This record gives sequence, C-alpha cells and structure tokens, in this order.
Amino acid sequence: MKYMLMMHAPKAGWTDAGIGTWPVDDIKAHIRFMKDFATELHNAGELVAAEGLAGPEDARIVRADAAGKPQVTDGPFAEAKEFLAGYWIVDVESPERVYELAARASAAPGKGGVPLNMPIEVREVMSAPPVEV
Amino acid sequence: MSLDAHGEHLLRELAPQVLAAVMRRFGDFAAAEDAVQESLIAAATQWPLDGMPQNPRGWLIQVASRRMTDTIRSESARRRRESQGAGPDMLDTRLARTGFSDVDDRDDTLVLLFMCCHPALSASSAIALTLRALGGLTTAEIAHAFLVPESTMAQRISRARQSVRSSGVAFEVPTSGERAARLGSVLHVLYLMFNEGYATSSGPDLRRPDLSAEAIRLTREVHRWLPDETEVAGLLALMLLTDARRAARTTADGELVPLDQQDRSLWNGAVIEEGIALISATLPRGSVGPYQLQAAIAAVHDEAATAADTDWPQILALYTVLMRMSGNPMVALNHAIAAAMVNGPATGLALLDRVQEDARLRGHYRLDAVRAHLLERAGDRDGAIRHYLAAAARTASVPERNYLATRASRLREDG
Repeated sequence: MKYMLMMHAPKAGWTDAGIGTWPVDDIKAHIRFMKDFATELHNAGELVAAEGLAGPEDARIVRADAAGKPQVTDGPFAEAKEFLAGYWIVDVESPERVYELAARASAAPGKGGVPLNMPIEVREVMSAPPVEV
Repeated sequence: MSLDAHGEHLLRELAPQVLAAVMRRFGDFAAAEDAVQESLIAAATQWPLDGMPQNPRGWLIQVASRRMTDTIRSESARRRRESQGAGPDMLDTRLARTGFSDVDDRDDTLVLLFMCCHPALSASSAIALTLRALGGLTTAEIAHAFLVPESTMAQRISRARQSVRSSGVAFEVPTSGERAARLGSVLHVLYLMFNEGYATSSGPDLRRPDLSAEAIRLTREVHRWLPDETEVAGLLALMLLTDARRAARTTADGELVPLDQQDRSLWNGAVIEEGIALISATLPRGSVGPYQLQAAIAAVHDEAATAADTDWPQILALYTVLMRMSGNPMVALNHAIAAAMVNGPATGLALLDRVQEDARLRGHYRLDAVRAHLLERAGDRDGAIRHYLAAAARTASVPERNYLATRASRLREDG
C-alpha cells in the first residue's frame, strides 16, 4: 500500500526562526538525518518519491476563471498557519509500518538535537480497483 | 550474452553517424531515430553471438535503412487504403532516392546537432533530443539525468521530434546568413546541458549519466569541426575550467563549498592546463564573445594558488566588458561582487542597489545571497544574517539552502 507522508512547517517565523537560526552542528545533524532516512527507505525498497518544496514566499494559488484562463494570486491561503515543506511517498506492507516511518520523520533532530516531533500527515494514496477473488 | 564495454562505446560513437546517414537518405527525423534505435538494439543482441561485422557502421546503416523502408512501405500501403489509391504517393518518392551522399560523416553529424538544437525547440527539449540523437543515451538514461519519470521524458522527446518535423527544417548546413544565430543556439544548448550536469552533480549516484562530461564531449567535437569559431573554443575552455574544480565544489556529504574555501589541491591540474592553453590561444584571434570572457574569468580563478592570490582587478575588468556585451542581470551581480573585492564592500553594495531595480531579478534569492555576502564583508553581522536567511528561504536548491542557512548560523555563533 502506498502512502504520502506530508511534513508541515509552521508559517510564523519561517525565515527568522527557521533552520538557519540553529547552531551549525544542529543544522548538520538535521540534514544528515534526512539524508540517512531517505537512503534507508531507498535501500528497504520502500521509497517511491520524496521531495522538499521551495519556501512559501513564491507560492501562488491559481484558479481558472470562467474562460478557463489562469487567475494567479499570491501565496498559500492567508489564514493557513502551516505550509507543506516536503513529502515522501512510500510503498509499505502495513499501516503499522507507515506510522513507524512517520514517527521517525517526526522525531527529526532540531535545535540542540532535541526531536522536533513535528506533525506528519499520513494519507493513503488511492490505488487500482481490488483484484477479484 | 551482452556487448562488452568496447562494443558499447563503439555503438555510442556510431549512433549519430548512422542517424545522420539515414536522415540524409530518408529525411524523416522521428522515423529515422526509431529505426536507428532498433538497429542499435539489433547490434547489441546479434554482435555478441555472430561476432562484430567487418564494417559496423555500414551494418547499422543497412539494418536501420531496411527498417525505414519497411516503415515507409507499410505507411504508404495504409495511406493508399485510406485514400483509395488516389494520386501518386509522396512517401514513395523517398524510397526512390538511392545511395548515400559522399558528404563527410562529420558534416552530417554536425548537421544533426544543428537540427536537434533548432531554435524552434525549448531548451529542455533540445537537450533531451541532443542527448538521444548524438549522445546515444536511452530515454531511460535521459529521464534519470533529469530526475523525471521515463514516460514523461518519452513524451517530451516525442513532442520535440514532432516540432522538428513540423518546423520543416531541412537536413542541411544552415545558410551563411543564419549560421551565426543557429550556432548560437547550439552553443546555448550545450552550455545548459553542462550546467544541468554541474548543478546536480552532488552526491554519488552512479546510475545518473554525467551530463557535464557529455556536454564537454560534444563541444569538443564541435570545436574539432569548426576550429575557427572562437566562441566554440571559448565555451569548451569555460566548461573545462569550471569542471576542473568539480571535486572541490562539494564535500563528501554533498555540502556546497564556495570558491574561496575550496581545497585547491583537489582541482584537476591537467584539465585547467588544457583550458588555459585553449583560451590563451583563442583570445588574441579577435571577435571576443561572452563565452570567451567567462572562460577568461574562470582561468583567472583557476590560476590563483590561493583565494587571496586571485587577481580581482583583472576579473573586474573582464566583467565590465562582459556586462557591456550581454545585459544579463546575473552578470551585473557578479560584476558587483568583483567590484567589492577590488574597491571594498561599499562599492559593491552601491552597485547592487542599482542591479536590484532590474525587474528580471525581482525576488531572486541570488540578490539576497550576494547582499548578505557583501554585508558580511562590510561587518554588518545582523544585516548579513537577515539576508542569508531570506536567501535560504527563497532558493529552490536543497544544497544551496543548506549552505545559506549554515552560513547565517555560523555568523551568529562567531559573533
């Protein structure tokens, strides 16, 4: 079964309280963790895709107008307190396994090596119709 | 059994020549490409069993041509069925053309390159098409190089082939009138191919084909065909002088190392020597263009034994000429950095204020990154941190984001 793991980051203080404000060694530890995590998923044959997303400053919301033309407005919805920072798509044997992986990602080391325990949204990816038996 | 390394190398070398020969005879690019791909697959399976033919190139051309003939025949038959046999069939006239012209193979391959880099194509399509037609890379390999799914790349290539077909570009050397412009777009595509490889080369992923090496190989070929084109020599020198620093550009962890902090003993001395010899021989020949100037700037950096030995006044002079020539705001940014190195950060910051007004740079992270760098040199720690963080938030490159964030963090710790 395939799942998408979405990492949300708080929008407040993204530039002035984000990763760039941590001590150098903590930044390095965080980057190493993310890299090792991806390698481990890859080696286990569970990684389908993973991407980090560029910051929300240049994000745009697009709606089609009546004529189908793009209407582009700034930013994620103003009321949103968080933004999608990145995601993994994994292919795993069981829901338990995906919760385990999500918890690992959630506990990525932050400032002072303290686990971030950030919220990871887990969603199953829709699949082909079930095989009839 | 499969082909050995020597056989594979030979196939890649022959692929563009075979494609060019088939193109010259039949004209249809998309069909010719498919036919050549099939001949390569046939070679890869038959040669290990039957042994290498005496004339591998002739063998491939023959197999591909036979495939072309089959395709054209079945297409003609289909059309006749559909049109009830009305009128002469245009496709059949292609079969009537016989024999191969006696034009040199190299000319043919060059024509092929001109076609793949046709200005009607988007840069990414042109790169993909060039890699397939001239680099002999499979669609899967090209997809891997661009980090997109194979089906996506297959579509992109197929659309590119269609636009080549519908643009009606003749398979011939561009006329002298349009030659300069066409050569310009060939060089641009090769330059972008090199950058694509260079920018994504961090991290050891052995399955990813090396786009920089491929771009250098192709540019070398073009230089051999057109030794009198100084911008071709300039581009080749620029690639060599940049690529020579590759091993020092990232740490084992994939972290970016800026030029002034690189371990210069990791630079490839032989490649630097080749690049410097090439640009030194080219510059005095006149008609100096942007690639030659950029190569000259890269050469000045590469010649410095340490970052402190860098001849910044010369770099500033070169950027001043380049800026007058190109009008590219990125060049103006680099010019501001060079000016700061020669005349102090205040000069650089004043220039930056002017560059900032260029609408093409609005919101670009490089503006913040350069300002942060100059503020750091000017001793404005808080300002530098603020702009490093702003740049980190804006860049779309992970290693660059990590580098900028680390730089901000280091400044705070040191202060």
